[in-house]
Amino acid sequence: MATQVLMPALSPTMEEGTLAKWLVKEGDTVKSGQIIAEIETDKATMEFEAVDEGTVGKLLVAEGTAGVKVNTPIAVLVEEGESADAAPAPAAAPAASPIAAAAPAAASVPAQVAAPVATPVAAVGWPHSDLPEGVATKTMTVREALREAMAEEMRADPNVFLMGEEVGEYQGAYKISQGLLDEFGAKRVVDTPITEHGFAGIAVGASWGGLRPIVEFMTFNFAMQAIDHLINSAAKTLYMSGGQMGSPMVFRGPNGAAARVAAQHSQDYAAWYAAIPGLKVAMPYSAADAKGLLKTAIRDPNPVIFLENEILYGRSFEVPVQEDFTIPFGKASILRAGTDVTVVSFGIGLTYALQAAEELAKEGISAEVINLRTLRPIDYDTVLASVMKTNRCVTVEEGFPVGSIGNHLAATIMQRAFDHLDAPVVNCTGKDVPMPYAANLEKLALTTTAEVVAAVKSVCYR
Amino acid sequence: MAAKKPADRPNVSKEELLKFYREMLLIRRFEEKAGQLYGMGLIGGFCHLYIGQEAVVVGLEAAAKEGDKRITSYRDHGHMLACGMDAKGVMAELTGRIGGYSKGKGGSMHMFSKERHFYGGHGIVGAQVPLGAGLAFADKYLGNDNVTFAYFGDGAANQGQVYETYNMAELWNLPVVFVIENNQYAMGTSVKRSTKSPSLWERGAAYGIKGEAVDGMDVLAVKAAGEKAVAACRAGDGPYILEMMTYRYRGHSMSDPAKYRTREEVEKMRSEKDAIEHVRDLLLQGGLASDDDLKAIDKEIKALVNESAEFAKESPEPPLEELWTDIYA
Repeated sequence: MATQVLMPALSPTMEEGTLAKWLVKEGDTVKSGQIIAEIETDKATMEFEAVDEGTVGKLLVAEGTAGVKVNTPIAVLVEEGESADAAPAPAAAPAASPIAAAAPAAASVPAQVAAPVATPVAAVGWPHSDLPEGVATKTMTVREALREAMAEEMRADPNVFLMGEEVGEYQGAYKISQGLLDEFGAKRVVDTPITEHGFAGIAVGASWGGLRPIVEFMTFNFAMQAIDHLINSAAKTLYMSGGQMGSPMVFRGPNGAAARVAAQHSQDYAAWYAAIPGLKVAMPYSAADAKGLLKTAIRDPNPVIFLENEILYGRSFEVPVQEDFTIPFGKASILRAGTDVTVVSFGIGLTYALQAAEELAKEGISAEVINLRTLRPIDYDTVLASVMKTNRCVTVEEGFPVGSIGNHLAATIMQRAFDHLDAPVVNCTGKDVPMPYAANLEKLALTTTAEVVAAVKSVCYR
Repeated sequence: MAAKKPADRPNVSKEELLKFYREMLLIRRFEEKAGQLYGMGLIGGFCHLYIGQEAVVVGLEAAAKEGDKRITSYRDHGHMLACGMDAKGVMAELTGRIGGYSKGKGGSMHMFSKERHFYGGHGIVGAQVPLGAGLAFADKYLGNDNVTFAYFGDGAANQGQVYETYNMAELWNLPVVFVIENNQYAMGTSVKRSTKSPSLWERGAAYGIKGEAVDGMDVLAVKAAGEKAVAACRAGDGPYILEMMTYRYRGHSMSDPAKYRTREEVEKMRSEKDAIEHVRDLLLQGGLASDDDLKAIDKEIKALVNESAEFAKESPEPPLEELWTDIYA
């Protein structure tokens, strides 16, 4: 019986990849465990092993093919004496297979968002651009934008350096720092042992000693080991020293849920860090946000918590090509103008907010979508001005509900725009549970487009 | 006490001995005054006195050069005075006044002087160890030959981040001297009750770090060991660990009843090992100074300390606007 070899998912968030190289040809015999191909994901080039034994009857996807979706048949293995033609025809709808149902894209990302990354305008909400009209742009992923921001700032200031786990020789656990070691050398792209508490402290000390460290946490979940230095050492020292000594540095890395990595790898820390005086907190959504905000963060004389999102890393957006493009902190952007309701969000929450706005538009509800960009400082004025216009507000984030950014905004709006409100502010958040592993439960634990739609309808009394 | 006998001490000049005497006495008198002001309610919160350990900082400062950095825990008054910070500014910080080093916003445990390369004053036990290694990281990156002294106690020596730091400091050959001030008690828990390690400095061997135990009550032994450690660091052969065997006469903080040790134990240390008495004896027995010479110094130090206390009482509290300054640069 002929066996199909399917395009594998090689990371929790992989949706597709490039079949970089076949290491076998038709007619070759393969053993289980034999490396048969090299597959390039958006993070790394991985070797792909055969599971079954047999003879390569047919290679269905030519090497060099990009955008091969997970679970697409890529080869057929036949048993001795069997013809490759005996193999079932390539499945047209891999999503029907049980593995595809568990594919990461299905877990937390609206279907529309899972469109191939290769398409330039893959992200929901785009081109509802907040960029100035007429500005020249180029398409790049959030990942490329972050890398470009670091590279540009490292070129501009010799005291900027990057440290963290796997940032150098491995080229970045999520490929953010790919190529930086080659350009800047091991002095400025510093691989650390797995020791978050220790290297976070060393980085804070280095910032007092005249350097401008960028600390990459492989994920912000691991920053829990180091949080004492982020808060007690980095955030408070300027105040405790009567203004003598600040900590000009950036702590960055993926934050929040990725896909199917469960409770200890899926927390959104936005509200935690946003609660701390002395810190600045940025959370980009688009590639333009990522580049402009990270450059601002690196130049800022204060400690900046820079919360990225693994699912957004591979998304493409338009980024201005102007030299030295930066985005100031404390300035929200209006991603989509509207008149009936204000939807405030940040980071990946905007994928739900923007998708909900699309759906609501079809039903005649005009939603104004605000991208906060930074959570400390927070742009209250833009939010309040919008709420005073629409008289309704829904907030969207993936973090826990208690003490959320949405809670804080609701309180602020109540205090400063009470008479303008026609309905209570509704917070769409992650659920009040540790993140479950099961795909269906994970989806339920995060906020959804449907919840945002329902929340908007409720505040519009529709 | 794993002590080196002072017999093998290097030659020391009269001037240097007098300097040591003066500096150690300043710390002791300052701390006594701080204790008094605390009792009067002029100093609040936690206040950890350095009395008994003076030889450690004074000896190590004698091995330092301009540009070297230091960082320590919350028991930090002695370190600040030893590195040349002004007694008035330190005392006024203790009383929470605008004339203090942190404008009254840091207090006893959180004081800094960029000018004197003193990087705190840290209230979280052990945090200063990676922070200190980070200062050394910066100096190595910038290509100068400065050395950082990262002081911590026998209590902090059991914190995990100390060993994370040892690992990276040796991996990257950072110019940092880890100074373990082993005063025998982590608050109320004696070293014997907190570890079975026979010595704390030897733990560095697991990471390939050189080190030694030093009689921390003998300022000359401290200086000699400091010079050795600093030379290694400046030659690119850092880090280095010095375990200073010392003793604090007072409680952990002002509110410590010190029931975990006997009065006799404290008395024995004071009478047999006191660092200031030791230098006093060397001066007098060596014929390098007279009783009157030392009395004159005592008087001068007393005046300096009284002046700092007066300043600390008279300096106004920070203006209310200070609540909202220095949060962001």
